[in-house]
Amino acid sequence: MASSPPGALAARACARPPQGGRILRPPGQPHALASGRAEPDEMQHAKDRLLKKPDPAAHRVANSVLGRGKHLSRQSAILLFVLLLWPCMALAQGFSGLGTTADEGFAMPQPGPVFDFPADHGPHPDYRIEWWYITANLTGPDETAYGLQWTLFRSALAPGEAEGWASPQIWFAHAAITTPDRHFATERFARGGIGQAGVEADPFRAWIDEWVLEGPDFDTMRLTANGPDFGYEMQLEAQGPLIFQGEGGFSVKSGEGQASYYYSQPFFAIEGVLHLPEGPVPVRGDAWLDREWSSQPLSERQSGWDWFSLSFDNGEKLMGFQLREGDEAGFTAATCIAPDGSTRAMPDGAFTAQALNTHEVAGRRLPTRWLLSLLDCGVEVTVEALNHDAWMGLSIPYWEGPVTVQGSHTGRGYLEMTGYE
Amino acid sequence: MVLEFQEVRKSYRDSEGTVPVLQGVSFALEAGQTLALTGESGSGKSTVLHIASGLEAADAGAVRVAGQDLTTLDDPALARLRREEIALVFQQFNLIPSLTVAANISFHAALAGRVDQAHIESLAGALGLEAQMGKYPEALSGGQQQRVAIARALAARPRLMLADEPTGNLDEGTAGQVLAQMLDLVAQTGAALMLVTHSPAIAARMDRQLHLRGGRLT
Amino acid sequence: MIGACLRALMSHWRRRPLQLLAYLGGLALATALWSGVQAINTEARASYDAAAATLGEGQFDQLVPRQGASIALEEFLALRRAGWLVSPVIESAQDGLRLVGIDPVTSPTGLSMLAGGIAPGEFAGRERPRLFANAESAARLGDRAEVVINPDIAPGVAIGDVGDLQRLLGRDDLSRLVVLPEQPRLQPPLSEIAPGLRLQPSQQVADVAQLTDSFHLNLTAFGLLSFAVGLFIVHSTIGLAFEQRRGMIRTLRALGVPLRMLIALISAEMLMLALLGAGVGIVLGYAIAGLLLPDVAATLQGLYGARISGTLALRPEWWLSALALTLLGTAAALTGRLWQIARMPVLAAVRPRAWSMASAARGRVQALLSAALLLAAAGLALRGVGLIAGFALLGCLLIGAALALPLLAGRVLRRAEARATTPIRAWFWADTRQQLPGLSLALMALLLAVSANIGVSTMVSSFRLTFTSFLDQRLAPELYLQVESAGQAAAAEAFLMARGKEVLPLYSARSEVAGQPARLFGVRVGPTYRESWAFLGSRSDPWESVEAGEAVIVNEQLARRGSLWVGDEVQISPDLRLPIAAVVGDYGNPQGQVVLSEAMFAALYPDTHAASFGIRTDDPASLREQIVAELGLPDSAMTNQAALKAMSLEVFDRTFTVTAALNVLTLGVAGFAILMSLLTLADQRLPQLAPVWALGLTRRRLGRLELLRALVLAGIVFLCALPLGLALAWVLLTIVNVEAFGWQLPMYLFPLDYAWLGGYALIAALLAAAWPALRLMRMPPSALLKVFANER
Repeated sequence: MASSPPGALAARACARPPQGGRILRPPGQPHALASGRAEPDEMQHAKDRLLKKPDPAAHRVANSVLGRGKHLSRQSAILLFVLLLWPCMALAQGFSGLGTTADEGFAMPQPGPVFDFPADHGPHPDYRIEWWYITANLTGPDETAYGLQWTLFRSALAPGEAEGWASPQIWFAHAAITTPDRHFATERFARGGIGQAGVEADPFRAWIDEWVLEGPDFDTMRLTANGPDFGYEMQLEAQGPLIFQGEGGFSVKSGEGQASYYYSQPFFAIEGVLHLPEGPVPVRGDAWLDREWSSQPLSERQSGWDWFSLSFDNGEKLMGFQLREGDEAGFTAATCIAPDGSTRAMPDGAFTAQALNTHEVAGRRLPTRWLLSLLDCGVEVTVEALNHDAWMGLSIPYWEGPVTVQGSHTGRGYLEMTGYE
Repeated sequence: MVLEFQEVRKSYRDSEGTVPVLQGVSFALEAGQTLALTGESGSGKSTVLHIASGLEAADAGAVRVAGQDLTTLDDPALARLRREEIALVFQQFNLIPSLTVAANISFHAALAGRVDQAHIESLAGALGLEAQMGKYPEALSGGQQQRVAIARALAARPRLMLADEPTGNLDEGTAGQVLAQMLDLVAQTGAALMLVTHSPAIAARMDRQLHLRGGRLT
Repeated sequence: MIGACLRALMSHWRRRPLQLLAYLGGLALATALWSGVQAINTEARASYDAAAATLGEGQFDQLVPRQGASIALEEFLALRRAGWLVSPVIESAQDGLRLVGIDPVTSPTGLSMLAGGIAPGEFAGRERPRLFANAESAARLGDRAEVVINPDIAPGVAIGDVGDLQRLLGRDDLSRLVVLPEQPRLQPPLSEIAPGLRLQPSQQVADVAQLTDSFHLNLTAFGLLSFAVGLFIVHSTIGLAFEQRRGMIRTLRALGVPLRMLIALISAEMLMLALLGAGVGIVLGYAIAGLLLPDVAATLQGLYGARISGTLALRPEWWLSALALTLLGTAAALTGRLWQIARMPVLAAVRPRAWSMASAARGRVQALLSAALLLAAAGLALRGVGLIAGFALLGCLLIGAALALPLLAGRVLRRAEARATTPIRAWFWADTRQQLPGLSLALMALLLAVSANIGVSTMVSSFRLTFTSFLDQRLAPELYLQVESAGQAAAAEAFLMARGKEVLPLYSARSEVAGQPARLFGVRVGPTYRESWAFLGSRSDPWESVEAGEAVIVNEQLARRGSLWVGDEVQISPDLRLPIAAVVGDYGNPQGQVVLSEAMFAALYPDTHAASFGIRTDDPASLREQIVAELGLPDSAMTNQAALKAMSLEVFDRTFTVTAALNVLTLGVAGFAILMSLLTLADQRLPQLAPVWALGLTRRRLGRLELLRALVLAGIVFLCALPLGLALAWVLLTIVNVEAFGWQLPMYLFPLDYAWLGGYALIAALLAAAWPALRLMRMPPSALLKVFANER
């Protein structure tokens, strides 16, 4: 998701309900949040899809819900219905005053950006969606490999900021630890404006509840998160410069011009303690931070994406993604990052990703082994998940986990996949 | 042959064991022929009639109606035969009380799928029922009701007509009239008639007479 | 052929519209009773669920202020930043409505998402606060906010975004915090983060759910009973329709309609009509439910404080269940009749003689079954534990007794026949006995209806009697004064003492006693308490030891749930343990209560002031004026005993309005069943009546005998129903009530009521018999003569 096209998540959330259990069990809010990013057209489309061609997953959920106790079922059915439709409808209403076109009200990323740091490390409330996204590959004392994720999302229901409960900003966050045989994930939600969550640029502080990512500057930071059965406290130390994805930080997502602002800090050294049910584990490794904000959703044809961030043993790094259109590979983009931080942005089509297997997780089938090729950078590698079941079974479900790299280069990295049924 | 009995046997079970009713009855009836079946109460007259109409099955022997052996037919086939080839006239009229006289008369023909309105009208005329067509059976006298039953039977153009004491519930004068009309009409339609009666006078008006005693024809 | 057949079958109804009406009416009544009760039940349940789910009550722990009713936003934020996953709620009561503000983003309740129609996106730039409420509440909200009507919001509640509610109420604080069920691994203790807040566990509300469940259990039992009565009717009406068309069916077969087609056609016809009848019944049931629902709502609110909506929605589960049950009942009744058709000799006449022969064998099976059920009931009464066992007992008792009824009645009639002195009397008894098999279903229905009536009215009246005397005890002071602060309390007490009145200050606090939530009361022991309180059990002079601080008095609910009684010790506070001096009956209150002396209470809760005073006075009105004038307390702070008593009684009267109304309906339905059965028998009986008529009894006399016969049968049924009803009442009072409500009621007998009920049962039977009897009286002689003509 670090590089995922803004709005895609929103489109997903509107078009597809999360798992049944989640809907009935709190917290069930994220639909609301996610929908914040959907465009009216997109939402209308999603709504149409729900109303006219009910999604099979939604049906399954509805059936399982309706199959329950007598008086629970009716209510749950209504609830379910509302949950499925509300975010989309509510937003359709909410934005109707703002105009009918997607961009009205929200600022749009423009080519040739000039970043202003440290201010740009902070939030951009005029854009619909924004994130602070950290993934890390870690090693324990016994050489066991681990993965870690910490993401803070900002989602605006309307552009701008306001005091107190009137703020149109919604914050939510995901945290995860992946071990070779287990995967822990949890999430948090907060309203903007009241101080429960937010980001301040200088000194840098991003927080939601007791989770924080903070430090005197963007190079030295402390990172914490806690779930019901896991948690971590980490220290991050930048070993290289920020790098800018796409054209100087303007990252195009489709042939139709959808784009975001996107920069990364892929050179973090990270160490700290993972708290697992069996006890604390000291770990160290490297981390990759993505910063991205935009207002535009995916193009309507795009159904999901596969995103890779790889750190090769020779010090080079690669970020590549493909936006799938149905079952076909669609738009691709990639950035080759040299050990010194210099970058080469690759045009659509240069990077290719070919699925080598399908693995069943959470009732869906998705590839957890890939053949990646970016010949311009001399890369032709096989990427395989450390733990094939790294499913983020949260309100907005997706797959995200650490991978190992073999082939022309060796190394490790992170893979994110969305939009798999 | 419209109706043929060959060595038909039938017995009933009661608390004291098996009571034989028919012990090898054989006879035949041709189209256009009328036959009287007489005998004392309990001699098995009605059983012959029931077996001939397919309402009861013979224990042994062969029963043929219009060439079909009833013993080989299942209930739907028997029902079809009754509908299309046989007409029954009972002592107690058996009209459908909730249908008008007209509807009652055309009812059997309607079941058989061959309602001939002109035929029905001529039957009604011959039996003097024109004025009663719109009435319900309960408003009719016994003689009129039996005329309706006869009209219903003949309107279906049966090949075999079975009558069980058709005038048993009527006074003597009416009974004579009704019987005469029935015989007239049966002759006109060319159907075969088997009539069960204990009255020698009525039996005498048939082409043939058979007498049942102790389950055998004499 | 199909067309001709169907026309013939249907022509019957055209010629006998009254019978069609009876058939449809029977089905409609059966369906109506069931669906009406079901509708009330589902509606009430759905309402609680909506209430519980929308407000997040009952499911979740909450953080509430130790003092006051306000939580600062900073406290909420401090908790969140410490890893306490809580969601804010702001709440205010206005004009009888609860205005509730929630944060849909953090709220744990699924339905808050519905409230979340309050999409956070919508308040950006929205001028007016938006509230969500059901139509009833919306009407009361007026135009202070934009109201979105949503039927699934709990009644009496309007929900909005916490920000909107703050704007609307002009507040910037919160009222309480809902604790999410899943909390993170690490969490500092609450006392460190928010010492001013207290964790209130969710359990308290679950008790209410249990109580309301028991009420619904009562209703469901009643619904089943009425449906059983309804099934009797369906059975009788189908029997009627078949009996009357037996001749036609024979003729159809003789004329060559295949048996299978005939069965298919009749099934289709009857089921179609059943569908029609059930449809009418559902509409009727809806109307019944609509009429009764306000009472049910009032009942539940009065009894348990649970609020349900007084409005009714067409919910598929109740009308579908009603439809399914009616169709199944029809199909079951139909199957038996079709079986008869299949085996019916086409030409042989079928006479009722066959009926009674068949029923002789059936009688033995029935006797055995009845004995087994009654034995099971006895076993359950002695050994059964729990509400379900209580209801199983009721079921065994009722069905067992119903099955025994025809046998018992048969015996009574045989004895009467043996003692008859005149031939006509002998014929009368014998003929009555001969009708018994045909009438037995209807008589069973009447038995069930009458005994349910007796049982429930005994329970209601016992309840009322007990409750009234309880009110007289508990509400002895003529005037009650409520105060809001310690200052007011002190001033009021001084003012009243100065006037030489007996003043009864009442202190109260919530606590936990014997593992259950309970209220502690501090009372000033004086003559009023000594004189007016009656106990279920007590040691000698309990007030003496309470006054001395050596013992407490507890209510029955607490005692029963805690398996405690007089002499047992209870833990009042961590370092106070006292014996129980007395147990007091406490009706209509689900919570446990403990009564302490004033001094003892003050030692436990030094900061709590008396919340109310009971005042003994001969002239409440003038004292009231003085208090307003001289103490400056508002008039609304006072209640006089009479008003309070009236209110309390009203609550309990409404409690059983529903049951009473259903009782009347059930009796009516049973009457209908008798009518149907008599009509069914009427035609079959002509051959039996005709000879008697021929022997010289006038039709008028025969008709009168028919009426007398109905009265005799109803009388026998009533005599059987009386002990059965009392047994039912006993089970309800001493078993079901204790299991469901936690208290036992003394059982009183109300002979006059029973006499009235007997009268009603006789009237119902008389009315049911009137039509058939009248038909007989007016029957033309020719019709009777025909019997002879048709008889072979």
